[in-house]
Amino acid sequence: MLAPDPEQRVVDRDELARLYHQMYLIRRVEELAARAYTQRKILGFCHLYIGQESVAVGVAAACRSSDRWITGYREHGQAVAKGVSPRKMMAELYGKATGASNGLGGSMHIFDASVHFMGGYGIVGAQVPIATGVAWALKRLGTQDVAVCFFGDGATHQGAFFEGLCLAQLYKLPVVFIIENNFYAMGTSLERQSAVTDLYLRGAGVGMAHEQFDGFDVETVRERVGAALHHARSGVGPVLLEIVTYRYRGHSMSDPARYRKDGELEEKKKSDPLLITEQRLKDDFGVSDAEIEALRARADAEADDAAHFADSSPEPSVENLYDYTYVSPR
Amino acid sequence: MIPMREAIRQAMAEEMRRDPTIFLMGEEVALYDGAYKVSQGMLAEFGPDRIVDTPIAENGFTGLAVGAAMAGMRPIVEFMTFNFSLVAYDQVVNSAARIYQMSAGQYRLPIVFRGPNGHAENLASQHSTAVESLYAHFPGLKVVSPSTPYDAKGLLKTAIRDDNPVIFLESELMYGFKGEVPDEEYLIPFGKADIKRQGDDVVIVVWGKHVHTCLKAAESLKADGISAMVLDIRSIRPLDHDAIFAAVARTHRAVVVQEGFPFAGVAAEIITRIQESCFDLLDAPVLRVTNRDVPQPYATVLEKAVIITAERVVETVKLVMGR
Repeated sequence: MLAPDPEQRVVDRDELARLYHQMYLIRRVEELAARAYTQRKILGFCHLYIGQESVAVGVAAACRSSDRWITGYREHGQAVAKGVSPRKMMAELYGKATGASNGLGGSMHIFDASVHFMGGYGIVGAQVPIATGVAWALKRLGTQDVAVCFFGDGATHQGAFFEGLCLAQLYKLPVVFIIENNFYAMGTSLERQSAVTDLYLRGAGVGMAHEQFDGFDVETVRERVGAALHHARSGVGPVLLEIVTYRYRGHSMSDPARYRKDGELEEKKKSDPLLITEQRLKDDFGVSDAEIEALRARADAEADDAAHFADSSPEPSVENLYDYTYVSPR
Repeated sequence: MIPMREAIRQAMAEEMRRDPTIFLMGEEVALYDGAYKVSQGMLAEFGPDRIVDTPIAENGFTGLAVGAAMAGMRPIVEFMTFNFSLVAYDQVVNSAARIYQMSAGQYRLPIVFRGPNGHAENLASQHSTAVESLYAHFPGLKVVSPSTPYDAKGLLKTAIRDDNPVIFLESELMYGFKGEVPDEEYLIPFGKADIKRQGDDVVIVVWGKHVHTCLKAAESLKADGISAMVLDIRSIRPLDHDAIFAAVARTHRAVVVQEGFPFAGVAAEIITRIQESCFDLLDAPVLRVTNRDVPQPYATVLEKAVIITAERVVETVKLVMGR
């Protein structure tokens, strides 16, 4: 097991309340996105993060704000956790000019350089070597920052994943690769995708530090990712983490997820990230029901505000269609 | 007079001295001095952090270049041959060509992808592909292909300074080709064609190594009383339509010469643009010369039947001239 980050502070009452608020906010934003999708206000593909909130929020709690994040197409939750405003995020889903990518990217391609959120990629696994390259630059440019790369269990069979890992380890780059194992690559369950279901073991073959843990408890995620970041930041090389999680919804909004076993979803919901953290706040920090309710109400209002902002924002202008095909000469 | 490989090396080295964020990465570029000795001596000058040997992982190191560019560096990726770039095609066309647009301008991709393109001699099916049509298809990419050491140096320096991803197509057959390169610094802008030979009766539109095939053809056409212009477009995207249209206005007849397969190729695109804009100026249909529409065979006699030769260019020009 990787040594913990000696500088990581113990989670106190306020910090845990903040993490709860973040997770709840992400869930509410996703629920409103689902509703807007059924109203055809959000179009195309829309992959929801519900059930996995403790991963993105726990990673964000462990990161420095200057650390770079790169991820796949199920990135709404990660975007909000990294600091993309729910307004900009939601407006991007609505395809509005006020969106994080001016409506050019959509649900799968959210970018916000102001918070170092370097994108959602729609080609499974392609973000792995890209993250390796970000880490290359972070090292060569003399920063102390780390690249954090998210992808699902499905990406671990792609050549890009393997090549990205090989290069990151060879060059000892400051990058933490995070497999969010939610047990399904679209509709294909883990045991039907891979002869090796402990995906973190893929790290052994390239000589990379590798670890696996359950990600339902945001505090665990924060602590274990903190250890991985500490390792990567110290210059000794990258880390591959497998964070075990679960998605409640289908692969995308068009998927009813009939491939699950009976009772599986209900069983998984017993370790819901929000439930776990709510219980901990109450049991160990004496947080009252009223305080929990207030945290939720604040997040509800923020999510509603984001949806309203997106809904009332202007469409992108067709006149600007060609603005970003090429960088204009300086 | 210096050979092409030295002109390319000079361009990279001069730019690397000017800008510490530039690095060269690829298979055998450092310790081995480059598979075709293009990067010879560069490891000694710039060190292993900037002249970087990679494992054989084209998709991986191309993706690495994409990420490094997004985070503020200016990578030059050498493909040992552009055939291998097809392993990295996803990163070039789905990542490099699009991130600037899909991030609404938040991330720039100043990357040069360079290496030998097209056939050399008896390299057979999987090492002879000409890829310009595969890359010029995509908005977001620039595609250039020099035919002389002078053009190579000036265009490559421009490519390295460009904030967009640039596909820079060289030729194994040309690395030893010598030409004049001035001592003082110069840049050649993209999208500016160069008349390599003036002529009045027909314009041959071409780029890269086949500029020389066409110059040879033009010389032999002189004996038939045909004055052929050889217009080297140098950059395929952006394309200098003005120069092409001006040449058609002068000659009223045109042939486009493109290495690689004919189907949906760059030649077809150029011919479409000529007929869209210059239909009334034409005295004959515009024809093209390309490789034959088969994968490259190995045996010399078969290879010669497939590739573009001066004789085939001459034949096609004569058809256009009604001879």
